Order: sequence, then structure tokens, then C-alpha cells
Amino acid sequence: MAVATPAAKAASEDKELLISGSEAVAEALTLADIDVVTAYPIRPYDTVMQAIAKKISGGQLVAEYIVAEGEHSQFEIVKHASTVGARVFCGSSGVGWAYAMECLVVTPPLRVPMIALVGNRALDDPGAFGVEHNDALFVRDLGWMLCWVDTSQEALDTTLIAYRVAEDRRVLLPLAISADGAFLTHSQAITMVPPKAKVDQFLPRYNRGDLLLHPDNPITVAPQANEDWVIEIRRQNDEAMKRATTVIEEAYADFRKVFGRGPENPWFEEYMTEDADVILIGMGTISLPMKVGIRNMRAQGKKVGLLRLRWFRPFATEKIVSVLSKAKAIGIVDRDYSFGSPYHSGVVATEIRAAMYNSDKRPPLLSFIGGLGGREVTLEDVYKATDLCYSAANSGKSDARTHWLGVRE
Amino acid sequence: MADTTTFSNATQVLEPFRGIKRVTIEEYFTSGHRTCQGCESALIMKLMVKAAGPRTIVLGSTGCMYVANTTYYTTPWVVPWMHTQLGSSGSAALGTAAGLKALMKKGKMKSEPINVIAFCGDGGGADMGLNGISATLTHKDYNCLILLYDNESYANTDIQLSGLTPYGANTTFSPPGKVIRNIHTRWKKNMAGMMAAGHPECRYVATVCGSYAVEMMNKVRRALTIGGPTFIHSLDPCPKGWDYDPMLSHEMGELAIETGLFPLYEVEDGQVKYYGKTKAIVEGRKRKPVREYLLKQGRFAHFTEEDLSYFQSKVDEMWEKWEIPAVIPFRRLDASKAALEVK
Repeated sequence: MAVATPAAKAASEDKELLISGSEAVAEALTLADIDVVTAYPIRPYDTVMQAIAKKISGGQLVAEYIVAEGEHSQFEIVKHASTVGARVFCGSSGVGWAYAMECLVVTPPLRVPMIALVGNRALDDPGAFGVEHNDALFVRDLGWMLCWVDTSQEALDTTLIAYRVAEDRRVLLPLAISADGAFLTHSQAITMVPPKAKVDQFLPRYNRGDLLLHPDNPITVAPQANEDWVIEIRRQNDEAMKRATTVIEEAYADFRKVFGRGPENPWFEEYMTEDADVILIGMGTISLPMKVGIRNMRAQGKKVGLLRLRWFRPFATEKIVSVLSKAKAIGIVDRDYSFGSPYHSGVVATEIRAAMYNSDKRPPLLSFIGGLGGREVTLEDVYKATDLCYSAANSGKSDARTHWLGVRE
Repeated sequence: MADTTTFSNATQVLEPFRGIKRVTIEEYFTSGHRTCQGCESALIMKLMVKAAGPRTIVLGSTGCMYVANTTYYTTPWVVPWMHTQLGSSGSAALGTAAGLKALMKKGKMKSEPINVIAFCGDGGGADMGLNGISATLTHKDYNCLILLYDNESYANTDIQLSGLTPYGANTTFSPPGKVIRNIHTRWKKNMAGMMAAGHPECRYVATVCGSYAVEMMNKVRRALTIGGPTFIHSLDPCPKGWDYDPMLSHEMGELAIETGLFPLYEVEDGQVKYYGKTKAIVEGRKRKPVREYLLKQGRFAHFTEEDLSYFQSKVDEMWEKWEIPAVIPFRRLDASKAALEVK
């Protein structure tokens, strides 16, 4: 850690800006001095690419800005740029992310620390711009680190943390930051933008070491391996994802030291969970109606709390279980679907149910699906979910059904 | 690796080899591959990196030259090499070139011209990867070469037809049967002509054949020297897919040129220049009949006289009707007909 000199102190003043989630990510990318970025239009993530283009044309950022001819090339171009040592950024939404799927698959085993923004969007058909989390969740089994942010500030801070974690030699895996389409990508809030000097203290330069593809280091990357080696390579990926847990915790601790803000617990935000009978769980901007609903219900004497998941991969199993096992009932609201899955739940509910299996204390668990296609999750939805959780708490039994919130039957 | 050398986006200046005896002795593609006997594509790989030299990065998209050519622990590549997806040769070349450029421009890497070559097969290039290659050829600020090795089928996956498989050829997706003799009735895409005509700022497009090795290497060297995104289409006889004796690969390449089926040329800054026997044909030498080429290959064994004459007529058209013979398939309206249509 550098010693603060008067000059450094003066530079340590944060700038206060009224910016959207996408613009906040672009501020972080400028501070991180990214080298290569590829764009392709699809709403709502593309606002980040518009913001970066302005940074480049305005001279605040020097980077190769390539407009690709489709998402497949968009992700392949940065993948290759990263292997020669460039810090890269990419992103997409909905079916755009799906169009890049082949490239998303190969990025983790190649150990490419690509950072992507997923502006979560419903998948076609029919067309819809609004948020659903199924797009980012496509890659949940493949070695991508996945996190969901809730505010512009969290989007900016997480982007800086993302490079630090992904580029760590112990990890070297891609990371996707999910931001709810419209609710975060397009919504402005006051955001503190740190000075470059602080970022340089926190974020070392990307160093690919002996994995660098360069004539001075003539390696062969990803030759045909077949059954001779593939399982060992999968295991290496698994170990990297396990190591990411420690690296993420280190990064958040250092972030707090350097920037003087950020959560102590990287994995999830707890809101009034300490004495809660019912704990609701969600990811992203769904926290807003949930928090307001919880405050209102608390005024009526109902002890309700929220666990907002930040990190989905790696999944903080023990920490999540230790919070949830104290509740009398838990209710998960998925902004996604997984047709034909156990109990016809969403993805997060299925994961939490699996995580709770080894716990001695397994409170009744209810699964909800809501807010699909960008539909607002209302206070009424939150009250309804909570009431059902209370019924389960009283009966002591899980409800095997999955309840859809706010849907016209 | 940071360096203060000023970045200039220069390329390596690779003078042409003046004859086979002047070719450098060093090999950058050596033992370790397991391609078929008589494989011309493996020869093209060897010649390609020999021509490019040691300060080169090669990206290889899925296909024979990945699966059969580059195996874990037995890599034949002396230069840095990386796999890329089947349809990604264009984006692999562009991404690698852009990464190097960004790092050198920003002083994060020692500034020097590094050759970037991405190769693809006919399936990966002319079918799946066409849009990526096309996009890359419009990015004039990035120095990279895309080399398409065309063995006229998806040869690694059991010989299935591609957009560059010749009319009527027997492949596992177009087997001749009792009812339908020719399942595959599409004419081969004109890849090099399409790339040259459709990308006005791509400064160099060429066709090559391994039977003419020095010319092939010199075209690679020219492409890398002239810079920007460039494209080379190589016709590679394939004993397995074409069904002929492996010792005849060289002759098969020669026949493809002598029959006029595959012309050897380059388009540099819009100027067409014919090479070797293709040049002789342009200057009046008689083309060999295509049957001499077709009937030496088992994949055309089911051809009737009718098929042979149809094939010949299509090749005749390339030479007699095309505005730029065997390169660009446009025709001018003759003046009297044009005048009638104006009325």
C-alpha cells in the first residue's frame, strides 16, 4: 500500500456523477485502462458501448474499439486479444449473449479473464426488452464467474473488482457482471467515481505470464486433447473456481482499504435478516420493492428480511446456508425460469434447495417466479410471497408448488 | 515488456524468395502431426510458416489442420499457435492483431511487427466463417492474413460437402444413388474473387496451390509485407476426400490449374495479375479438358458424359464469358442489346 503524500491525498477526492449503471461501468473501464473492446448493438447492454465510444472519441481512454459483425465475432475477438496480453471488455443481452454461446463456452478452459456486462434481457420469442436472468444463467455450469449488481455504484466498484479477481493468476477465468435491463442499465443515480491513482493502487496490470501467446513465448494453446487429458483440464477449471472464493474475499477487503467503501461480505447483502422469521431471496434490482415491502411489513410487526445474492458463481454455499438456516421460512423470487426442473422452480430456488440439503436446520422453502420480461415486481407481490412464507413457517412444511407472482392466470 | 519504442503499425518486409535454392532452411512446422499420406494441406501449413518466419503467431480454426494436425504434447508448431472456433478465423486474426496493436501503441509491449496468420478450411472459411472473414477484411488498420486451405470437403469429419465442394462430387452427404446420381448440384463459390471484389480496402488477395511451392510462399510473404487484412485461397488436393492415390497430390494440383478449373492469380490494390500456367491460358494456351482431372478422382467416378460436358461448359464460361476471366463473373451487356433495353 502506498503512503499517502499530499499530492496523492488531493488526487484521492472522488468525483460525484449522476450516471446510469452502464455509464458507471464505462467509468470503471476507463479507470482500468482497458486495451481492446468489442461492440455489437442489442438493447439494453449496448448503452455501455455507447458510453465507452464517447470516452474514446473524447480522449479519456485509449483502446481498440471494434464494432463486430455479430456477437460470435464480438466475443471471439476479445478472447484472442486477451491471449496476447490485452485487458478486454465485452458484453451483450438476451439472444445476443446466446448468439455468442460457442465463444462463451471456450473462454473459461482457455483461462481468458474476459470481463463482460450482461444487461439482462428476456430471450426471444416474442421480443421483449425487459429483464430476465436466463441469459446470464446460460453459462452457470461452464466456469464463468457470475455476479449481479444492484446500483450504479455497485456496478462501478464491481467492475474494478472483476478485473482484479479474473486476472489473478490463481483464477484466470472470465467474469460476467449482470445488470438488470432498464432498471439498472438505464437508471441514473449519484455515483462516486474514484481517481485513477487509487485504482492503480488497487488494480495491478494484467500479466498473463507463461500463458502469453507471443513469439518470445512460443506455446501451443488448446491443441486437440481428447480423453487423454480433458478430464484433468476440467478439474483445473474446477480448482480455479474454488480458488476464486479466496481471491474474491481478498479483493473486497483491499477494495475497502483503498477506496473506503464496499461491503464486508462480498457474497450477498443482508437487509434486516438478523432477527427475521421470513427471509426473502432475490438478485439484482428486485431488492428495491423487497426492501420497501419489508420496511412496511416491519411497521406491522412482521419480522421479514432480505438476502440479496451478489455472487452466483462461485456460490457461497456455507455462508448462505448459515444465514438461511436461522429463519422460520425462506422464499426465493426467481427472475428466471427452468422449465421442467425439480418443483418447476427457477434456477436460484433450485440452487438454494440443493445448498440447504446438507444443513441440519432446513426451514420450509418456497419458490416464486416473478418479474419476467421486465414486468415490475410490486409491493403486493412481495406481501403475497411473504404471507405464503408465514403460512409455511406456521405449518413447518415446504410448499412443493412454485408460485408465479403478478401473472394473469 | 514495456518499451518506449514508438509504435508505427509497420509490417515485416519479407522479400520474395528468388527460386527454390534461396528458400530459408529453417522449419517452423515440424514433426508431431498425424495428417494423411499425401495431405497437401499439411504441406501448405509448413510452407506458410516457412514463408512467414519466426516472429509470427498462427491461429488455427477447427478442421483437419487442428484435429489431425495439432495434438496435445505432440504439437508440430515451432511458432506460437492457438486454436480458434470453426467459424472464427476472421475474428481470431482481428483480435490477435488488435491486442498486439493496443499493447504496442500504449507502450505495454515492445513495439515490433509480428505476423498474424489465421487459417481455416473450406467449411470454416467459405461456409461458417464467411461473415467473420468479410468483416476482418474491412478493418484496414490491423495487419493479419487469413489463409483458407481448401480440400473441398469437411474432410476431418468424414468427407461431407461444403460450399467449396465441386459440383456432383461424391461425399458422405452426397452419395450417388440408383435414383439420384448427383445429390450435390451447387457450383463451388468463387471465394478469392468474392473477397477481392467485396472488400475495396483489402489490399491483397491471392490464390495458391501447393504444387507451386515457391510461388505459394512468395504470395504469403507479399500478403504479410503489404499489410492490413489480406486473404489467400489455397486449393489442396486431398487423397482421402477426392479418392486418388496419395502419390498423385502434386499432379492433381497441376491438373486443377491446367484445366483452368482453379486459376492462380493475385489482386493487389485492385490490379489482377495471373501466374504460371494460368497466365499461359490467359495468353492463349489451350486448357486441358476437365475430364482429365475429374476422371482421375473416385469422387467423380459416377459421372456420365452429360455430367462431364456440363462441368466443362461451366469452366468454359469462366474463361469465355466472365468480364475478368476466371476471377470476376460479371458480363457486360453488348452495346446493341444495352441500347435496346434503354428504350
